[in-house]
Amino acid sequence: MMNSTIGRIRNERRKRFTRRAAVTSALFLLVLMLCTAMLMLGNTIYPVQDVVRVLLGEEIAGMMFAIETIRLPRMLAGLLAGIAFGIAGNTFQTMLRNPLANPDILGITAGSTVAALVCILLLQTSRATVSVSAIIAGLVTVVVIYFLSRGNGFSIGRLVLVGIGIQAILSATILYLLMIGAQEDLPNAMRWMSGSLNGVQLHQLVPLAISMIVCIPLLVFTGRHLLMLELGESAALSLGVQTDRTRIVLIVASVIMLALATAVTGPIAFVAFLSGPIAKRLMGEGSPSIIGSGLVGATLVLGADLLGQFAFDVRYPVGVITGMMGAPFLLYLLIRMNRRGNL
Amino acid sequence: MLSTTWRNKEGKQRRSKVPVVLVCALGLVVVSTLLSLAFGSRAVTWEELMSGLSLSGADSYAASVVQERIPRTVFSLCCGAALGISGALMQAVTRNPLADPSILGVNTGAALFVVFGMAFLGINSQSQYIWLALVGATLTALFVYGIGSLGRAGATPLKLVLAGAATSAALSSIVSAIILPRTNVMDQFRFWQVGSVGSGSWQSIMIFLPFLVVGIVIAIMAASSLNALALGDEVASGQGVRIGVLRLIAAFAGVILCGAATALAGPIGFIGLLSTHLVRLLLGPDLRLIIPFSAMTGAIILTVSDVSGRLLGSPGELEVGVVTAFVGAPILIMLAVRMKVRSL
Repeated sequence: MMNSTIGRIRNERRKRFTRRAAVTSALFLLVLMLCTAMLMLGNTIYPVQDVVRVLLGEEIAGMMFAIETIRLPRMLAGLLAGIAFGIAGNTFQTMLRNPLANPDILGITAGSTVAALVCILLLQTSRATVSVSAIIAGLVTVVVIYFLSRGNGFSIGRLVLVGIGIQAILSATILYLLMIGAQEDLPNAMRWMSGSLNGVQLHQLVPLAISMIVCIPLLVFTGRHLLMLELGESAALSLGVQTDRTRIVLIVASVIMLALATAVTGPIAFVAFLSGPIAKRLMGEGSPSIIGSGLVGATLVLGADLLGQFAFDVRYPVGVITGMMGAPFLLYLLIRMNRRGNL
Repeated sequence: MLSTTWRNKEGKQRRSKVPVVLVCALGLVVVSTLLSLAFGSRAVTWEELMSGLSLSGADSYAASVVQERIPRTVFSLCCGAALGISGALMQAVTRNPLADPSILGVNTGAALFVVFGMAFLGINSQSQYIWLALVGATLTALFVYGIGSLGRAGATPLKLVLAGAATSAALSSIVSAIILPRTNVMDQFRFWQVGSVGSGSWQSIMIFLPFLVVGIVIAIMAASSLNALALGDEVASGQGVRIGVLRLIAAFAGVILCGAATALAGPIGFIGLLSTHLVRLLLGPDLRLIIPFSAMTGAIILTVSDVSGRLLGSPGELEVGVVTAFVGAPILIMLAVRMKVRSL
């Protein structure tokens, strides 16, 4: 009797592991294919072997510029930002145990956006300052939301409502900034605001890449506690998780990645929100989904950018495409949560 | 129809406050009107203001400045009143303290339809916007309420607000997909998108007026039945109120008021939320008082916000939609902070 139960658990665990491994490698392959497609497609289509040769350093006239200056930075920006948005969003959603509690809805992304816009439009500062102020603004927004939503006992509902209020103030600020901004900076700011991979240069990606190298291992390591946090505060405490410290590490690491990604590409709508739930659905409930949601995020951004570039007669920035794809899903999720009554 | 009796002491106290509040409110309406006439890129003096208002001295430069500001002021008073009543009605119908056209996403729905009209139907006059905006506002309101009231507990504040925010997000990404490739529409839309009463003219007031009158009449007629609704569906139907019809009519009035205001002035948020809560704080929950006083308070808030926008943004102006968001969103946050966990 006992043995059969243990056997069943073991069996179940093995099955889950196999599924996770299969899904992860499938996602990895998908991202790889999308990356290749990003390098191959454009005004002229280059065959794979030529792309590889250029990347390996061979000089092929005409292709060097197209690939190394235009397509490679674009692809890398999409890849890195997608992973960053996906992982950061998933961390918040898991930590707060609610898919709606993601950086987009809580206004954290908007906080970083305001800071970056102030730097771009008003102060005309360097790229580095933009990144730093985006991080600081993101963290400040988190702190403000956290303290405001503590009154009368913490509840996720209050958190979301406070977030929506903050969001309203921040969007009013964004509108104001766009109005007082100099005419010649406006097109740039508008495109950046809807989330776009256009005109990204390789050196802009360095801070984002570095932050990801530091933060992702940290998140994966702390992520074991994340699963326990998901069980609830008291359960996690009794399992020996230092909940406060874990939370702070998780929040700071995610906000840094989020803010740096926002500083490069602008707020790409709904990626932070969608990646986590999709990854969970693919991997099965209860699996650590950090890497998975990063990969899903990258898939979303790269896929949406390819669609935006080539599927219509007009070139849409990536954020518009993810917005159109994500919105119905957000509504669906809301409907399902309301039906089940777990809001 | 139900007439609420005020037996308790608190009720009596509130009753006796009504004349005082009424005088204050009317006084403030006058003051904000005068402020709106006097201030702007160029402030005019008291004498100039008076001579501009009297028909005789209409030939000086300052007087004509004042006269130019009259339609704008009247328009902002009308819009404010409409938004105030609309907020009161929506809060009563959904029995939800956070209901406001902007929070429920109704504004974005109106915006989407207006943009659609600009881009695909070649529409560019206010009298045509208004119908599109009304259709958009109505459909969005129905949709948001439908999603928000799914599930066992019905339409709780949190569920409605979330449904509104999600719908808003969904619709605004469609809006940007429509406008991004069309520069001419983007230009037209950019100015409409930030709510502003600056475009108010006698013509737009005339377009607005029928909607305002219909909305106000319905609101006043429905007020005492809505009071019964506040006690719960069972009590209300026990009092002989036909709940379904009442909800539908009151919601319709709320939607045409805010839809018409949005069509002409662009999305202006939080007026309904602010004014209704302020009035309720002063006069208690009787909707027969809340509706007229919300109208006055809304008119005051919008006009004063417009004046401060003109002063803050001088020599240009800060659109009133930005100002009201800065004033109103903290109130939303404050309400959320003070709510009990259970009532979310």
